Amino acid sequence: MSDTHAQTVGYVRDTMIDEQPAPVGQTGAVKWIRENLFSGVINTLLTVISLYVIWVVVSHLYPWLANSIWDAGSLTECREIRDATVGPDAPAACFAVITDRWQQLVFGFYPPEHYWRPVVALLVFLAAIAPVLFQGIPRRALWLSAAAPFVLFALLWGGSIWGPVAVALGFVIGFVVYRVLLPLAGNLAAVLGAIIVPLLYWLFLAGPLAGALTSVAPIGLEYVQSKDFGGFTLSVVIGVSAIILSLPLGILLALGRQSNLFIINKISVAFIEVIRGVPLIVWLFTASLLLNYFLPPGTNFDLMLRVIIMVTLFSAAYIAEVVRGGLAALPKGQYEGASSLGLDYWQSMRLIILPQALKISIPGIVNTFIGLFKDTTLVVFIGLLDPIGLSNAIRASTDWNGVYWELFVFIGLMFFIACFSMGRYSLYLEKKLQREHR
Amino acid sequence: MSAMTDPPRPSFRLSQLIYDTRYRSITIQVVALVLLCAAFWWLIDNTVENLAVLGKDFDFGFLGDRAGYDINQMLIPYDNSMSHGRAALVGILNTMLVAFLGCVTATVIGVFAGVLRLSKNWVVSRLMAVYVEGFRNVPLLLWIVLIFALMTEATPQPRDFREGGSASMILGDSVAITNRGVFLPMPTWGDGAAVLGLVVVLSLIGAYLYRRHARKVLYDSGRLLPMVWPALAIAIVPAVVVYFAFAMSTGSAQVRLMAADATEGQSVAAYGEAQGSLSVCVPEGTIGLNVQRLLRGQDLRYSESVFATEAMAIDAFRNGDCNMVAVPAGMEQPLLGNPDIAVSALSESTTRGAPVQFEKPVLGGFNFEGGVQVRNSLLALWLALALYTGAFIAEIVRAGILAVSKGQSEAAFALGMRPNRTMNLVILPQAMRVIVPPLISQFLNLTKNSSLAIAVGYMDVRATLGGISINQTGRELEGMLLLGMFYLALSLVISGAMNIYNNRSRLKER
Repeated sequence: MSDTHAQTVGYVRDTMIDEQPAPVGQTGAVKWIRENLFSGVINTLLTVISLYVIWVVVSHLYPWLANSIWDAGSLTECREIRDATVGPDAPAACFAVITDRWQQLVFGFYPPEHYWRPVVALLVFLAAIAPVLFQGIPRRALWLSAAAPFVLFALLWGGSIWGPVAVALGFVIGFVVYRVLLPLAGNLAAVLGAIIVPLLYWLFLAGPLAGALTSVAPIGLEYVQSKDFGGFTLSVVIGVSAIILSLPLGILLALGRQSNLFIINKISVAFIEVIRGVPLIVWLFTASLLLNYFLPPGTNFDLMLRVIIMVTLFSAAYIAEVVRGGLAALPKGQYEGASSLGLDYWQSMRLIILPQALKISIPGIVNTFIGLFKDTTLVVFIGLLDPIGLSNAIRASTDWNGVYWELFVFIGLMFFIACFSMGRYSLYLEKKLQREHR
Repeated sequence: MSAMTDPPRPSFRLSQLIYDTRYRSITIQVVALVLLCAAFWWLIDNTVENLAVLGKDFDFGFLGDRAGYDINQMLIPYDNSMSHGRAALVGILNTMLVAFLGCVTATVIGVFAGVLRLSKNWVVSRLMAVYVEGFRNVPLLLWIVLIFALMTEATPQPRDFREGGSASMILGDSVAITNRGVFLPMPTWGDGAAVLGLVVVLSLIGAYLYRRHARKVLYDSGRLLPMVWPALAIAIVPAVVVYFAFAMSTGSAQVRLMAADATEGQSVAAYGEAQGSLSVCVPEGTIGLNVQRLLRGQDLRYSESVFATEAMAIDAFRNGDCNMVAVPAGMEQPLLGNPDIAVSALSESTTRGAPVQFEKPVLGGFNFEGGVQVRNSLLALWLALALYTGAFIAEIVRAGILAVSKGQSEAAFALGMRPNRTMNLVILPQAMRVIVPPLISQFLNLTKNSSLAIAVGYMDVRATLGGISINQTGRELEGMLLLGMFYLALSLVISGAMNIYNNRSRLKER
């Protein structure tokens, strides 16, 4: 019987069947939706809930945005336009408040004829920061970055150009002294000289020099007082100054905390813990209420400068902790390797340890900067007019009494763009640096 | 013969202080110490001088002075005749309250968002990404102000809750969301509340002990006892039984309304009409609540005095403080036998009430009365802190779960473990080690950020001690110092606890 089997086969296929398209449920969008959105009971439930949430948000926001009014002089006018076009009680955003007052939100009370100065300052800042951020730009541009702080100061505050020039000259003097003393008296004396001579110069010579130069050649822009700064200009000025100043300070604090010199270590730990343990707002109140107690009687200096100092100290403590994490993450062999090459402490830090430790701490540092930039809004509580403070001021005017959401949306969006791009840059940097590891 | 010369004696030269690494560190430290002391001396000297110029001294005695300002939310009794110290304590408790609520809520939100962001469900993970990025990249202050505006501008006023108004209460007329805050029912304790509380605590301990026992059995013998259902039963069943036992027995006992100069069996309404005004003496607890319900239900206006015990309420009634008294059945005798006042029972009666009953807020006059008012300032601050910190916690949770290598879950599956047990026994314990330290530092951040209460007028410690007290006494130096010390102490305690946890949960390397 077994051999009859072969005889019963009447037809044997001798060619392959053409490839059939996969069933509809297993391809393309349907498959994707099935796998990603409706793969189980819980998943389906989550999808439905999320879609509902999205629908609620969009159904409330869309008409509000779609009916938005961009051209009106006051809230009442806005409402009249709305009543005329989309009917009363229809949701309609009145973004006219932004078109009407955006200069105030961006520049505060900066004199309108000088609005170009913050704009140019921003461009200078971006140009100066570019060689630091991106490696494709020639290294020589870093010299321009070093000069940028003085240019920015001269642009933003104005006054005689010779003040910043005289201050900048101090750094040049320090550098020259170092170069001159190094072959003559050794490293230590050169460093000490490079610190002491410029200090003496700033204390005693810089002021008269600037004064003399100003009387000879009075070049400069009109002086703008700190209290006229406001809005995003204020946030960015405070944020950027604090970011730039706090990074070196934070690194020094981190080194101090890792140091095995007992007293240095304890001072750093105490400083970091005290600063981090107390909210920024308390420090800001300290700056505005108490700083006069701690300084010689009669001293009174700019509130904005006080804020910048406080914010700098505050974020330096946080950066110190981030950098300490990076230092701790380096294998001990790196430290030992540096020592075995005969490098001294600062050389090993500068050439071996910090480049690696900072690379590890980049995400943390950028996060600290993002937090710092967001925290600049807290200055509203000590009377500086940041965007949120200005939104209150705008609401207090009769024209725009009752406008809430449009201002919040605008301010929130601006901060979101700034912080989000900082975060993206950190991701980009992380990826770029990771590639070098492999 | 050569004369042996002594080896050069190591003599100390001054230059060694700088060039010899043995001594250089000491030099550096001494210089640093001297500089530090000089800086401190300079600061203190300036402060002393400035204080002298202003004619002020440095004295914490103001803490004992009368504060003279009111605080709109307090967890302990306080009025404006109490001291600045007491006001500071009220503020500290308010800070702790919002910090605690915020931490709990932020953890729940953060864990959900973090896990969902890893979900394979595209819509959900995108939604969570939007939430996380949106909250992380916008200042907290803006969120607080925005949520506060949302709550005051977009919610109905109390008067809208009147009949025919546009708003209505939710959850069976027990919760009212208004622009003055959310009004919730307040628990009122009746007979047996103490026993019920004790039972709840004991059964929670019992549930914990059962879980521990089950785990021990598992580790010792490998036998897997059911964990969830028995523990839940131990935690819940006794409490429910005790509650109903009390509610059935003493709770359903009658409480009669006795009134002076009334005829036996008169109704309250008729009595009130005869007397002109109604005032009732009630003992504390659910009896008072039930009497209130009875009178409010008949739309009567009355005044109420609450006493700690039933005997005190009866005494006050005898003294003529009120013309009605609520008396549990069986306690009327001393009243009826009193020859001075003619006392008789009214027709209405009520019950003693269950161990726990809820007092609902009721619209009266211009605002809601009764219940608990949760102010918008607290709600906005709480919600904003929770959502903002939740976004950060979500990222921490996500990073923690991603930090456990895929091989761990694959190995667990290879051993035949089911997904949820893999999560509980393999992934989570390892992820927790990564998650907990940054989580605690987020809690610290939240606590410190609660000082942004200033934006919504919530009376936290910065607003009392660091705000009004400073303004009234002019003691900014002392006040800010105390405020800073409070926050610092709180941070150090929490980070100390974190260090202990870290040391305990660290991988024990051989």
